[in-house]
Amino acid sequence: MTHEHFDAIVVGAGPSGNAAAYTMAQRGLKVLQIERGEYSGSKNVQGAILYSDALEKIIPDFREEAPLERHVIEQRIWMMDDTGHTGMHHRSDDYNEDKPNRYTIIRAQFDKWFNRCVREMGVTVLFETTVTSLITDENKRVIGVQTDRDGNGIFADVVVLAEGVNGLVGQRSGLRKELRPEDVALAVKEMHFLPQDVIDARFNLKGEEGVVIEAMGTITDGMVGTAFLYTNRESISVGVGCLVSEFAKSGEATPHGILDRFKSHPSIKALLEGSEIKEYAAHLIPEGGFRAVPELVGDGWIVVGDAGHFVNAVHREGSNLAMTTGRLAGEVVANILGSCMTCTRENLQTYVKLLEDSFVMKDMKKYKNVPRMLEQGGRHIMDLYPRLLNRSAQTWFRVDGKDKKSKESDILRSARQARGVTGLLGDAFKLARAWR
Amino acid sequence: MAMSDDRVENRLFQNRYVVDVGRPHIEVRPHEVPSRELVAMTRVCPAGCYSQNEQGQVEITADGCMECGTCRVVCSKSGDIEWNYPRGGYGVLFKFG
Ligand SMILES: Cc1cc2nc3c(=O)[nH]c(=O)nc-3n(C[C@H](O)[C@H](O)[C@H](O)COP(=O)(O)OP(=O)(O)OC[C@H]3O[C@@H](n4cnc5c(N)ncnc54)[C@H](O)[C@@H]3O)c2cc1C
Ligand code: SF4
Repeated sequence: MTHEHFDAIVVGAGPSGNAAAYTMAQRGLKVLQIERGEYSGSKNVQGAILYSDALEKIIPDFREEAPLERHVIEQRIWMMDDTGHTGMHHRSDDYNEDKPNRYTIIRAQFDKWFNRCVREMGVTVLFETTVTSLITDENKRVIGVQTDRDGNGIFADVVVLAEGVNGLVGQRSGLRKELRPEDVALAVKEMHFLPQDVIDARFNLKGEEGVVIEAMGTITDGMVGTAFLYTNRESISVGVGCLVSEFAKSGEATPHGILDRFKSHPSIKALLEGSEIKEYAAHLIPEGGFRAVPELVGDGWIVVGDAGHFVNAVHREGSNLAMTTGRLAGEVVANILGSCMTCTRENLQTYVKLLEDSFVMKDMKKYKNVPRMLEQGGRHIMDLYPRLLNRSAQTWFRVDGKDKKSKESDILRSARQARGVTGLLGDAFKLARAWR
Repeated sequence: MAMSDDRVENRLFQNRYVVDVGRPHIEVRPHEVPSRELVAMTRVCPAGCYSQNEQGQVEITADGCMECGTCRVVCSKSGDIEWNYPRGGYGVLFKFG
């Protein structure tokens, strides 16, 4: 193996690496993929919602074989205070369509399946092997990788860095900087098992229908973060994530403490009652947005997925950006090598152009100010507004002999008292600008 | 469901690990007085790997580590720790993820 030469080496077998490896092999390249886990998915964590579109563009008939849990027919968005929540529910039978748009999945199983497709396409995969560094020639061009196995390294025309958020290979080779605590969220997640009919009854589901809940508010103890609850076939994924900088600053919050707080909230507790917990996982999410996207190409290397900071935190999308960037990188590399050119920085720039024309960069740019806004005004959004909203809802819905007009002015007054008119207007303005 | 029991050890008990005995993948640099960041890790590590000994120094037992990378990010400026992935094949093995 040591002196064999490949067209491309892919570091990592998450969705971005699998998409890149699959695409390149499909176009006839000789590809080696290296994954440090025992199998694809053994190191990976996700909520997890799978968006069909990104995968469909790679494997059009994935629904026939991929391990999918439930297709999403209902989305709930909750603003929580200490005793309740105010939210939006959107449910539609239209989502019971032939080719559903979103599914819940279990990553360890999904990644294993995706990687099997990659191997069937002809990619050689080395498991239980960690890439330790990049090998460069005298012109600083990347020509291969060194692993923690014995040997002189493995060589290729291009290295695709699909190594995920921690990205040690790229960082330690000086291709990108260490992550900032403000740009990553630490998420913890548990898998709660319950019989399928219990889940169906609790969430008003039948067949393969699923519900997802996204929640924010006082559950994160004022820290910038969100919680989620997703229904799988026979289990419920429950998790919460907050910015690492907020955890580090906070005087007492622990990740598992925040998760317990969410789980024991009156709005959540009954949904999980009687469940058996079978796994506790933790992972970082790159949430710095567009401004945190590093250099994406260089001589002999290209970056995809979380390693390139491709997560849209506002819409909770990541795996679809990972698969899309992986696919586009694979196409660009196949085109370059297919026309007997070399993978120079200049030639690989096509990848960056394709990204800019796609939803990936357009969405990343649209929300580029959100992380900074949350850094500055996060506490109001996570704590004050959920409280105000829930208090207002109570004022509005309680029938207590008070006239409606006074109720309206009560709601306005309590908002004004809590934050002041300029504060409120300022927050609204900042929020609107960040979302624009 | 063990609602009231929020101890980290009980949660980790469910997870699968292949421990690389004698080769911890994370090490804390020797210190007299721990930095603020190191002390924060005794609280922020989701696996509870960090603890303070009687002399006040921060120690790590990386056996339950879920390889999230949080401690590396928090301590990157202060340079308190040496962080690597476990050797290929070792460490946490998620069944669900
Ligand atoms: C709690 C949580 C919830 C989420 N929810 C959603 C969701 O609902 N929907 C969604 O679309 N996205 C979600 N995301 C984001 C999504 O999981 C990521 O964006 C996506 O997994 C990124 O894929 P990737 O292939 O780039 O990286 P990863 O999936 O992290 O894969 C990287 C791979 O590289 C391997 N690797 C790393 N370094 C090396 C090395 N040196 N040598 C060999 N192998 C290496 C790793 O073992 C791993 O298999 C969530 C993330 C988290 C943490
Ligand atoms: S990597 Fe994560 S789980 Fe492991 S010791 Fe560091 S903070 Fe704890």
